[in-house]
Amino acid sequence: MNEVSVLVGGKAGDGINSAGAMAAQLLNHLGYRIYLYFDYPSLIRGGHNFAIVRGRETATGTCGMKVDFILALDQETVERHKDAMKTNTAVIFNTDVVKAPGQGIPVREILAAEQAPVIMGNSAVIGGFAKAAGISWKTVEDVFSSHIPKGTDQNLRVARRAYDMLKTVHPIPPCDNPPIPLLTGNEAVGLGMVKGGLEAYVSYPMTPSSSLLHFLAEVQEDLGITVVHPENEIAVILMALGFATAGKRAAVGTSGGGFCLMTEGLSLAGMAELPIVILMSQRTGPSTGLPTYTGQADLLFVQHAGQGEFPRLIVAPGSTEEALYWSEAAMHIAWEFQIPAFILSDKTLSEGTYSTDLSRIPVIPHGNPVVWDKTTPYRRYADMPSGISPLAFPGTGGAVVKVNSYAHDESGITTEEADLVAQMTRKRLRKEEGLRQAMDRYPQVTVFGNPSALVSLLCWGSTAGVCQEVAGPLGLRVVRPVVLSPFPIESLKKALEGAGMVIAVEENATAQLATLAGQHGITCQKKILRYDGRPFTPELLREKIREVLS
Amino acid sequence: MTGRQMITDVQNTWCPGCGNFSIQHTLKNVLADMEKDGQSLDNVVLVSGIGCHAKIADYLNINSFYSLHGRTIPVATGIKLANPGLTVICCSGDGDCYAEGLDHLLFAAKRNIDITVIVHNNRVYGLTTGQYTPTSPRGFKGKSTPAGTRENPFNPIELMLAGGATYVARGYSKKMDLLKTLVREGINHKGFACIDVLQICATFFPAADYYSSRVYDMTEHDRSDFTAACAKAREWDYNGDAPIALGTFYQKSSPAFEEKMAVRNKSAVEREQAVRDLLKTRT
Repeated sequence: MNEVSVLVGGKAGDGINSAGAMAAQLLNHLGYRIYLYFDYPSLIRGGHNFAIVRGRETATGTCGMKVDFILALDQETVERHKDAMKTNTAVIFNTDVVKAPGQGIPVREILAAEQAPVIMGNSAVIGGFAKAAGISWKTVEDVFSSHIPKGTDQNLRVARRAYDMLKTVHPIPPCDNPPIPLLTGNEAVGLGMVKGGLEAYVSYPMTPSSSLLHFLAEVQEDLGITVVHPENEIAVILMALGFATAGKRAAVGTSGGGFCLMTEGLSLAGMAELPIVILMSQRTGPSTGLPTYTGQADLLFVQHAGQGEFPRLIVAPGSTEEALYWSEAAMHIAWEFQIPAFILSDKTLSEGTYSTDLSRIPVIPHGNPVVWDKTTPYRRYADMPSGISPLAFPGTGGAVVKVNSYAHDESGITTEEADLVAQMTRKRLRKEEGLRQAMDRYPQVTVFGNPSALVSLLCWGSTAGVCQEVAGPLGLRVVRPVVLSPFPIESLKKALEGAGMVIAVEENATAQLATLAGQHGITCQKKILRYDGRPFTPELLREKIREVLS
Repeated sequence: MTGRQMITDVQNTWCPGCGNFSIQHTLKNVLADMEKDGQSLDNVVLVSGIGCHAKIADYLNINSFYSLHGRTIPVATGIKLANPGLTVICCSGDGDCYAEGLDHLLFAAKRNIDITVIVHNNRVYGLTTGQYTPTSPRGFKGKSTPAGTRENPFNPIELMLAGGATYVARGYSKKMDLLKTLVREGINHKGFACIDVLQICATFFPAADYYSSRVYDMTEHDRSDFTAACAKAREWDYNGDAPIALGTFYQKSSPAFEEKMAVRNKSAVEREQAVRDLLKTRT
C-alpha cells in the first residue's frame, strides 16, 4: 500500500499548521487519504511546533513515528526529530536559519527576487517539497489556486523558484482516488450540527474545542446561525438552554475544565428537559493539565456529570465522517427526547485534519420532536407513556409554558409532594427506554478487522484509526462502541462474541471504557494505556500488542 | 390568550408582610395594563432565580423559567436572542444576582440586552434562613456572621452604572405607585434595565422603619446626565446613614444587543448549499 509521511516543523508563529495543510492538500490531490496531526505547546510565539501529514491509499486517522520528508523551518526541527528519520528521509530546509544535510532553499533570496512579503516564505518551502516529491507543477498550481485565494500568482512565483532549484529525490506515486474534502474533527462536528438544524452556537474559548467556535463564527452569516461568546461556561450553557426554551436548536462546546462549570446547567437540562448538544473535547487532565495535548480521561466524568439521575446521549466519533453523522444525529436525538446529547471528542479528533469521504456517511434514521397539538390545555411536562411531553415555546398562543429546575408537576409548577416527585422521576427515566430502542436503529458499535478473531481490541473515539491500522495486518478484531450512553450492552456483547481475549486500548491511566464494560459483565483481560498527552502511534501500539500477546 | 387569570392556584408561602407581595402585585398590574394596551401576554417570559423571590414563577400565570440560583440573566439573554419578539423579565434576588450571578448581571449591562431585571433586594438570604448578602450593611449579624460582617456592601446602582446599564432605577416595596412606574418604564425601555427594589424581609431584615424615614423621590434629577446619576447613586452607599433616593437614576438610548446580533435566517436549501460550497473549499 502506498503511504507517505511529511513532517513540517518550526517555531510557533512560523505558520506550521498552514504549511502542513498545504502539504496535506498536495497529497490529497495525488489521491492520498490524509490525517494531519498538529503538535504545539500552549504559547503564542517561540516554542517548537510541528505538523505530521500522513497520506495513505486508504483512510487513516493516525501518524507514524517515522517520516519520509522533513520540512525544517528552524534548526530545532532537524535536531528534535532525528528519531523520525529513516535512511532515505528527505530533508528540505530554509538555508537562512537551518544547517542540515539535504536540500536547502534560500527563502530570503527568493522572497527578495519576487519582492514578496515574509509571510510567503512557506510557499517556497512547499514548492521545494513538491519538487523533491516529484509532484507535477500542474498539481501545485491547482492546490495553490484553490487554497491560497489571495496573492495566488505571487505565491506561485515564489514556489516555482524553489521548485526549479530542487531535485526530485523521493517521488511519491499517485493513488487512484479523487481528492476529497479535508476537515478537522471540530469542523465536521460543526457541519453535522448545522445539518441537524443548529441555530445557535454558544461557547467560551478552551482548547481543543475553540476551533469550533472560530469556525462557526467565521461562517455564521453563510449558515444563518447565531454565535455567542459569553462571560464564562456557566453563562454558555444557561444561554443555550434559553435558546432551547424559545425553540431554537443550540449547542455548546468546551473541554474538561469548562465542562466542570457547566455541570449545574447540565443537570438543569436534565430536570427541565431541555434539548442541548454539547461538544466535550478532551485534553490531558486533571485540572489545567496539558492544554494542547490529547486524552480520553473524561468518559466517566461525562457519564456521571450533574447531580441527580436523568438520561443523556453520549457519542464518541472516531473520524470526521462519524463526527458529521453523529453530530447531526445528536441534534435530532436531543430534540426528539428533550435530553442533553454529548459529542465526546479529544484533541486528536478535534484538531486533527482528516480526509472526509461523504459517500461513506449513512442516512440518519432519526425521529422528530413531539410538538403540542393544541387540543388539550398545555402542560410543559405532560406525563405521556413515552415520557416525552409535547413541546410548545413562549409566544405560542394559548400555551403557558412553565420550565422549572425544581421538582415539578406536569404543568411545571414546583412540588415537594412525594408521589408526584416519584411519578415525574419515572417519567423522565422512561425517556431512556425509548432512547435505547431508538438507538438500536443506529450503528452504535463498529467492528473492524477479522470479526471472528479470538483476540479483540476494545477502544473508543479517536483511537479508531490507529487500532484499525494495526489490528488489520495482525488479523485481530477491533470493537468500538460509538454510543457510550445509553451503554449499548447487547450490541457490544454481540460484537465481542467468541473473543477469548479482549484488550482495552485507551488514552487514559485507568481504562475507563473497560471499567464501564466491566460494570455490564464484559471483562477486558489486558489493557494498553497511554496517558502522556500524545496519541498512540501504530508502531507503539503494535509493540504493546505483541507484549500483551506474548 | 386574553383576560387570563393572572395568579395561579398555587398556595403562596411568603411570610406575612413580605415585600415580595408588593412586587408581585406590581408586576401583575403592569402585565394587566400591557394586556389592556393590546399586548399579548403569550409573548412575555418571566425568568426567576432561586430564593424567596423566585416563587413568583409559580405564582404568576405566565410563561416562566424557574432557573438556578444566580442564573436568571443568561437564560433570559438566550431567550431574548432566540426570539427578540418576546418581552423578557427577570425577577432575581440580591443573593441571586449580586453574589452568585454578579458576572452575568454586569455582562448583561455591558451588552445592553433588552431584558428587564427586577432585583428583590431584601439584603438578606431568606430561604436559607438568614445569612448576609452582598448588600447587607457592614456588621450585619447573620447565621454565617454571628459577630457581624466585616465587609462593606456593594452599591448595586453604582455597579450597574459602571457596567453600562442603559436604565438604572431604585424602588421600594412600600412605594407601590412609583414601583409600578419603574417596572413599566423598565419593560418599555429598549435595552438593559435594572431596577433595584428595596424590599422588606419580614422575618430576617424588617427594615421598613429605616427605609420609610429616609426614602425620597428624585424629582429634580436629570436621568440623561451620567455624572449626575453617579453622584446621586453615591448619596447612600447601602451602609451609612443618608437619604435614600428612589426613582430613575439613569436612562440612555442605545442599540440593543439582540439587534446587533441579528442573523438572517437561512432556509434548509440555502444551508445545504452553503455546506456544499464550504466542503468544496476544503478539497
